[in-house]
Amino acid sequence: MIDGEHLSPNQRAWRRFRRNRGASVALLVLLGVVALILIWPLFRSAALAPILPKAMSHNPDAISDAQFAPPSWGNWFGTDVHGRDLLSRVCYGARVSLLVGVVGAVVSLVIGVLWGAIAGYCGGRWDGVMMRFVDVLYSMPSVVFVIVLITALNAVLGKLQTGPGGLSASTAGTMQFIGLFAGLGAVSWLTMARIVRGQVLSLRHRAFIDASRALGATHTRILLRHILPNVYGVIIVYLTLTIPSIILYESFLSYLGLGIQPPQASLGSLIASGAEQINPIRIYWWLIVFPSAMLALTLLALNFVGDGLRDAWDPRTETNFK
Amino acid sequence: MYFIRRILFLPPLMLLISFLAFGLVHLMPGGPFDRERKPASPEIERHLLAKYHLDEPILKQYLRYLNGIVHGDFGPSMKYRNHSVTDIIIEGLPVSLSLGALAFCFAMGTGIPLGFFTSIHKGKWEDYAGSFVALAVICVPGLVIGPILIMCFAVKLHWFPVALWGSPWRVILPTLTLGLYFTGRVARLMHEGMLSTLHSEFITTARAKGLGETAILVKHAFRIAVLPVLSYSGPMLADLLTGSFIVENLFQLPGIGVFMVNSSLNADYTMVVGLVLLYAILLLGLNLAVDFVHGLLDPRVRYD
Repeated sequence: MIDGEHLSPNQRAWRRFRRNRGASVALLVLLGVVALILIWPLFRSAALAPILPKAMSHNPDAISDAQFAPPSWGNWFGTDVHGRDLLSRVCYGARVSLLVGVVGAVVSLVIGVLWGAIAGYCGGRWDGVMMRFVDVLYSMPSVVFVIVLITALNAVLGKLQTGPGGLSASTAGTMQFIGLFAGLGAVSWLTMARIVRGQVLSLRHRAFIDASRALGATHTRILLRHILPNVYGVIIVYLTLTIPSIILYESFLSYLGLGIQPPQASLGSLIASGAEQINPIRIYWWLIVFPSAMLALTLLALNFVGDGLRDAWDPRTETNFK
Repeated sequence: MYFIRRILFLPPLMLLISFLAFGLVHLMPGGPFDRERKPASPEIERHLLAKYHLDEPILKQYLRYLNGIVHGDFGPSMKYRNHSVTDIIIEGLPVSLSLGALAFCFAMGTGIPLGFFTSIHKGKWEDYAGSFVALAVICVPGLVIGPILIMCFAVKLHWFPVALWGSPWRVILPTLTLGLYFTGRVARLMHEGMLSTLHSEFITTARAKGLGETAILVKHAFRIAVLPVLSYSGPMLADLLTGSFIVENLFQLPGIGVFMVNSSLNADYTMVVGLVLLYAILLLGLNLAVDFVHGLLDPRVRYD
């Protein structure tokens, strides 16, 4: 620990993270995937398209006559039922899936942290009531919750769209995304609330909190300035682990037809539409294998990074490196 | 005493859950009859609503529903007329229960050995390979693994039937699809449980006494290390036993997982509340049982 003596906890955690080879590789893979799906649309631009192979500059929405073409030089991942290039659709779907995962995780983070922090900080009866509420929600199937929330939001949207001064189609599309984020976030905050509440409960009677209170700090200030910064390592770790579970949930909803609506696509809806094409006569394996591989790769990388962050932040693992 | 108090808490908890579920489905816009052909006239619609008491205030509907439950009647399904909720559940439950129990045994039978194996080889290639497998199956959900299994083993190789239920041969693919994810979860819990247990002082004591490594691992460490898996097995079993929409839909199985989703989509009020209650009572009961076994396995735990 000689070299670690002047480091902040954050720096020490980062150092431990980098020493974890699996997690570092996963982080690079993840960054690679994110970079790829972000710059992919640029390949279609007039400047780049002539230089690159034709397979890299397909439009994900361009319909062609080549239905169910197997992977070839022209379409590396093959084409789907409408003759659209699958590679570009996978990149596009991965972008949507990641976006949903990140925003949904942030929504669940905000609800979970606020709920858990307030319950833990107030303690006593409020803590009891708030955490019993979490227990009750835990014992209800989240599928039902999500479906009810999303259909209710969609109905409100439908009303807004048809009413006087209705929304345009693109605003409605955005609103549907927002409904999905809210629905997914609203069912995924329970574990976060429990974790944060436990941490806050153990912090709230520490000397530095008492000192701050004696100096006349308000509750809001204590919570935001002194308690939450101490919980933030746990929050980051859990956030990384929530993203893959929300991506999974979104793919499930897309399978039900409640998630991303066509012509938009997410990895889940791509897999679902591939699964529809299974029949004994012809096997269109590429429709399932490529989106699935992309989903599995993204989820693996996220989980590895999350595990690495957890090991790096967890003080118990410090002994291993002494 | 502790367990008696927890059992006494169950009825009010179930009451609360039923109320929440009832309120939640009534938040949904539209009723259970909206998706059908438009009724010929407003009178017919009014008659339908009156038949299912949907024209009454919500609180009155809820009390009527509660009164039914007390008498063992979960009401009629509003989507599948002429079938009561109890009928539908009794018909679908055996399929979901047996598939869930099989998947549970599969997940436990593979996950625990895998986690045990990776933990005793900590830091070696066996650990990395095994842990990678455990994480990989978590990242390939049933949605992915199901179609791939069907494609490879049923459609291409004809080893297994594509769908349906009945013979033992048909059970294998659905069980794998449902259970693999939980194999990964169980293996990871087992792995971490072993690692943290092997650091405890009673293991050092056992080593100091000169016990053989096998005896330490199997007789002393395993018993404590399996506790996180045990705690997880309550919610996991509740999830598995109430069916999975994806597996039942992919393999065309007549279970209740499909009803859970479809009834929520169709605003089939009584069906949703009935299924939510079924799930809740399974979960709460299983958690109680798990805590009881926990106390038996770990002598350090005392419930006062």
